[in-house]
Amino acid sequence: MEVTKVENVTRVYTVGDVETHALRGVTLGIQPGEFTALVGPSGSGKTTLLQLMGCLDQPTSGQVFINGKDVSQLNRNQRADMRRGTIGFIFQFFALIPTLTAYENIEVPLLLNGHTPAERRKRVQQLIEAVDLVERAHHRPDQLSGGQQQRVAIARALASTPSLILADEPTANLDTENGKQVMEIMTRLNQETGVTFVFATHDPRVFTYAHRVITLQDGLVVENGKSPRK
Amino acid sequence: MKTLIKMAFRDLGRNRRRSLFSMLALGMGLALLLLIASIYEGQMRLSLDTAIRLQTGHLQVRAANYNENKTSLAWEDLVADPQLVASQVASLPAVELATPRLYASGILSLGEKTNGVRVIGIDPDSTANQPFRLGLVSGEFITAEDRQGLLLGQPLADKLQVEVGDQVNLLVNTASGEVDEQNFTVRGIYDTHTPGYDRSTVFLPLAKAQAITQSENHASIIFILLKDRDLTGAVVNALSSSPYQVVTWEKMNELVLQTEEFSNAFLYVLYLIVLGITATVIVNTLVMAVFERTREIGILSAVGMKSNHIMAMFFIESSMLAIGGIIIGLILGGLMAWYAKTVGFYIGDMGVTGMLYGDRLYGHLVFEDIASASLVAFIITLVASLYPAILAARMEPVEALHGGKQL
Repeated sequence: MEVTKVENVTRVYTVGDVETHALRGVTLGIQPGEFTALVGPSGSGKTTLLQLMGCLDQPTSGQVFINGKDVSQLNRNQRADMRRGTIGFIFQFFALIPTLTAYENIEVPLLLNGHTPAERRKRVQQLIEAVDLVERAHHRPDQLSGGQQQRVAIARALASTPSLILADEPTANLDTENGKQVMEIMTRLNQETGVTFVFATHDPRVFTYAHRVITLQDGLVVENGKSPRK
Repeated sequence: MKTLIKMAFRDLGRNRRRSLFSMLALGMGLALLLLIASIYEGQMRLSLDTAIRLQTGHLQVRAANYNENKTSLAWEDLVADPQLVASQVASLPAVELATPRLYASGILSLGEKTNGVRVIGIDPDSTANQPFRLGLVSGEFITAEDRQGLLLGQPLADKLQVEVGDQVNLLVNTASGEVDEQNFTVRGIYDTHTPGYDRSTVFLPLAKAQAITQSENHASIIFILLKDRDLTGAVVNALSSSPYQVVTWEKMNELVLQTEEFSNAFLYVLYLIVLGITATVIVNTLVMAVFERTREIGILSAVGMKSNHIMAMFFIESSMLAIGGIIIGLILGGLMAWYAKTVGFYIGDMGVTGMLYGDRLYGHLVFEDIASASLVAFIITLVASLYPAILAARMEPVEALHGGKQL
């Protein structure tokens, strides 16, 4: 069974009298353990598709499935429940809570999932070691470099052992070296934990890490195949 | 919850100056309310205490058909053999003192200057006269044997421009319905700092007052002070078999008590107005916080935080602002109320008919006012935070993650 599947989804944004068709009928499925890149130019619908797969948004039409469950019509709180237990996010702008330390940022999903303090301590320690940030655990985001912040975001995305991690341009705000490090960590975690990664990018250096590359253009899937590297 | 509290606390710390000013606004509002509440309470207490001490006592024994408003001197309207009645009342264990007083209407004049007065015949040796004895500003207190002397208040002396030793003419109504007049020497001038009382009250020794008004061995009332105000009911019961009417301090000070009730209700309205205004500052602070943290709200929502938790986070922030504001308010308000209690505010002669006010306003802060004002401040702040909290909780994560739209 696919971790996530979208069937003929469309998403139309309406601002005033102007309608923008971000997705025009996309159908695809992501298998467990995949490391998939969504590529395409700006405005092609990558981010919109990730948001629908991540239950952050609802399609105008069509269906979205997470682990076989139709999430297209869930209400706000049901979608929050689905995200909390099943999906991790990594964003282009790092998306950490500035008032919390790296450790506390990673801890947030665990708190929301009701883990005990001992469980949280163990899991955060494990993750902070996995992203090689033990020394910076008690620093706030403004005391961390962009690469370090993105590594915290990766650890947070993994905290609740989700079945799916969605990353929107995870290296877009990083220099080459940090971008490479982030992608290597994501690849390693995919291999070690088997968690499914879907990431949007338009950086050719990044999508070479993917098992599969899905190309979007003007809200449609125009290519769905193996990565050039694989 | 701990993390929500931590986040809320740190969020307030992000813009310390704004948070401080918000707390200060609430604190100032609360402090002013506490000052007003303390002055209301102090004034009501003082007015009641003054009325009891100077005018009504805790209880009065009167003839069954005595009408206070007519100041009748007809013997059937008076208490006969008042010293005996007073000593019987004074023998009750709850009674501190009981003394006869005779009331008459009169006109005091010196040359062309005249003034309507209330003449009170008193037993000069009674400790009930302590406020006037202690308030003596010149001359000496009248004695029981004095047949020529009287005592008058400072404002009246000022108005008639008389001094101790001056001769004044006193015209009084009598038991027969006629009037009589006599020249008296001003023995002393008192000042109880209650202008409404001092400017119209003249004291004569009881025997002399009875003589001039032809109400021999009669008094208008027996003035009674109790050891404790709460013993009023017990003493009323003990006197219930007497042929006299027994009037309580509550009945005689109805206006003060009703004014106090009205003041309490008015105070609540004032709470809502003042704190409502300060609440707008809190709303502004929190709405700005929501706008500034739109993306963070999106992040928290993305990692699975439900709307109610997001609302809770803002409620915690507003609670912290409220607690900070209340602490500031209690400190400032406590200082203001302390000043009002110890120094007071001079208001001069601002008497109200039916109520006795001193010439200074004094505060008296009671726990009920502190608790109710603080509670109202807290609740209003929480209610004020409802709008920004809902604003945050209703944000769609996608929009919030992109910095919001359109709120």
